[in-house]
Amino acid sequence: MSAAPALFQPRLAQRRLLGACFHGLCLLITLVGVFVLFLLLALVFRIGWKYLTWALLTNEPSFLNPAEGGIRIALIGSVLLVLVAAVVAVPVGVGAAVYLEEYARKTRLNQLIQLNIANLAGVPSIVYGMLGLAIFVRWLRFDRSVLSGGLTLAILIVPVVIIASREALAAVPNSIRHAALALGATRWQMIRHHVLPAALPGILTGVILSVSRAIGEAAPLIVIGAAAFIMPGGGVDTASLFGWARWLREALLAAGFTALPIQIFDWSMETDPEFQDLAGSAIIVLLGTLLSMNALAVGIRAWQQGGKTR
Amino acid sequence: MNGLRRIAISLIVVMGSSLAAAQQPARLTGKVSIDGSSTVAPIMKATAELFRAEQPQVKVSVGISGTTGGFKKFLEADAALRTDISAASRPITAEETRMASERGIRFVELPVAYDGLAVVVNKKNDFCKSLTLAELKRIWEPESKIRNWKDVRPGFPDMPLRLYGPGTASGTFDYFTEVVVGKARASRSDYTGSEDDNVIATGVEGDIGAMGYLGYSYFALGAAKLNAVAIDPGDGKPVAPDRTTISDRTYRPLARPLFVYVNVESLKRAEVEALVTFFYRNAKKIVEHPKVNYVVLEEDVYAAATRRLADRTLGSLFADHAALQAPLRQTYVKREND
Repeated sequence: MSAAPALFQPRLAQRRLLGACFHGLCLLITLVGVFVLFLLLALVFRIGWKYLTWALLTNEPSFLNPAEGGIRIALIGSVLLVLVAAVVAVPVGVGAAVYLEEYARKTRLNQLIQLNIANLAGVPSIVYGMLGLAIFVRWLRFDRSVLSGGLTLAILIVPVVIIASREALAAVPNSIRHAALALGATRWQMIRHHVLPAALPGILTGVILSVSRAIGEAAPLIVIGAAAFIMPGGGVDTASLFGWARWLREALLAAGFTALPIQIFDWSMETDPEFQDLAGSAIIVLLGTLLSMNALAVGIRAWQQGGKTR
Repeated sequence: MNGLRRIAISLIVVMGSSLAAAQQPARLTGKVSIDGSSTVAPIMKATAELFRAEQPQVKVSVGISGTTGGFKKFLEADAALRTDISAASRPITAEETRMASERGIRFVELPVAYDGLAVVVNKKNDFCKSLTLAELKRIWEPESKIRNWKDVRPGFPDMPLRLYGPGTASGTFDYFTEVVVGKARASRSDYTGSEDDNVIATGVEGDIGAMGYLGYSYFALGAAKLNAVAIDPGDGKPVAPDRTTISDRTYRPLARPLFVYVNVESLKRAEVEALVTFFYRNAKKIVEHPKVNYVVLEEDVYAAATRRLADRTLGSLFADHAALQAPLRQTYVKREND
């Protein structure tokens, strides 16, 4: 009874100091991240500025005259690869997400599937390369073509598309579903007219982010057998639609393709400093493509949300 | 300036194509697939690029999977997946030849250039002018304990020895370990390894106690900044690498010929044959191009190779590896005269 329990000591000054320290620490860590990013950008721009011209985009690579070299072949390769990947991965990924989120009951099997998808998203990309080599190149005999590469990138990004789409679907309030069903809509009508439109911004963000990942991948393409250096054959007969179609068929199915990350890798391995500068320029183009795709994702999201709430 | 250059270039192209038209009236189409050694890749890239002026409709793809990786694609089980040409920094092995015959793949083996390996030390290193093969072996063999120059040879200073070399995926690594250590791919592993010769060169440049080995052409490009060590193959006569000693093969055993292997089935396609003969018509120009920078073979060896191509002479001349140590001229020209 004699020694009264110590009264609560607010020690306000000390706690505020600790709080301020934590605030400062968080700020510092954020700044380190931003600083490294800017350092990277500054370095790449300093190296790559020299060859960042229109000719870089339109010329073929040149081993003998690096200054005349360009990334046309690699850029076309990358665009086609990503198109194939997106055309395949988006319907499959969104479809799977709709099934898992809207139809699937909580059975053992479905839980197993969900666990597997989450794990697949973390598998190193080179493993997908080996899968693609076995399935698309060897078994389906698509050869070392853009089609094989694009399909491989598609299975690489499908888990990411599924996860992002599921999250977008889960964020749609249940009251919308209930309202639609209560008014007599079928499950399909409810999904088609209410859930999917509401989830669209989230789905699109996921799609664009995963496509951005695909465009930067080199490892699986190397396993598939992308070539480092390509001298293209015949050009496009621009006068006729038939000429374009033939060109597209050739570009998708013919063996021998390359892509931006592989071109960059090849150039950065060269000893001649001119190639290093070219690699820097190609990196800027790749970064620019990536950033504008991400900006597109942000833009779509902002536009959709702005339009809906008010 | 730029305009003038454009005109000059287009003039050259016009002249080149009219020349081509005179030699080869047919405008070929189709595609040629090449894969293999990163060492041979510069020759393949340069050939593909120069060939374009003559046959712009032919698509040529050059992959860089390493010599062994290249042979894997050359010898694919599925004929549709096989590459037309495999670029190799060593002759085809017995195992690979066996696989070829099992799968019914017939090929022509053609030498394209010489490549030398250079053992390099820092420019400021004034004591190590030459090394015997035995000393090199003691430095580089697996489990080697040599970490100081004084352990390399009595009389060398007390200075830490740091090693640089190619990574294990490189053909240069296979080649060096085979001729120096005596067993392919057997090497100590506590050295700085990189597939990029530039990394090795930069490492040795910045470290007075360093030693490394890399392709002669890389050494020749950066010659001002590195010293090449003369190699004594065991006869007490050290020889430094240069264009002459590599081509007459007195610089032993670290100089080697480079090869391409051409599938005979592919040679039935005019564009494949045109590309290979294009190389032999322009071999000197391609091999000695500053961006390629290997050592050209002797004229008569190129002539012999051209005949082997024309006659579709099958198989490898290097089934026993002793043939690799003999001058190519002896292997190719003497054989024909016998």
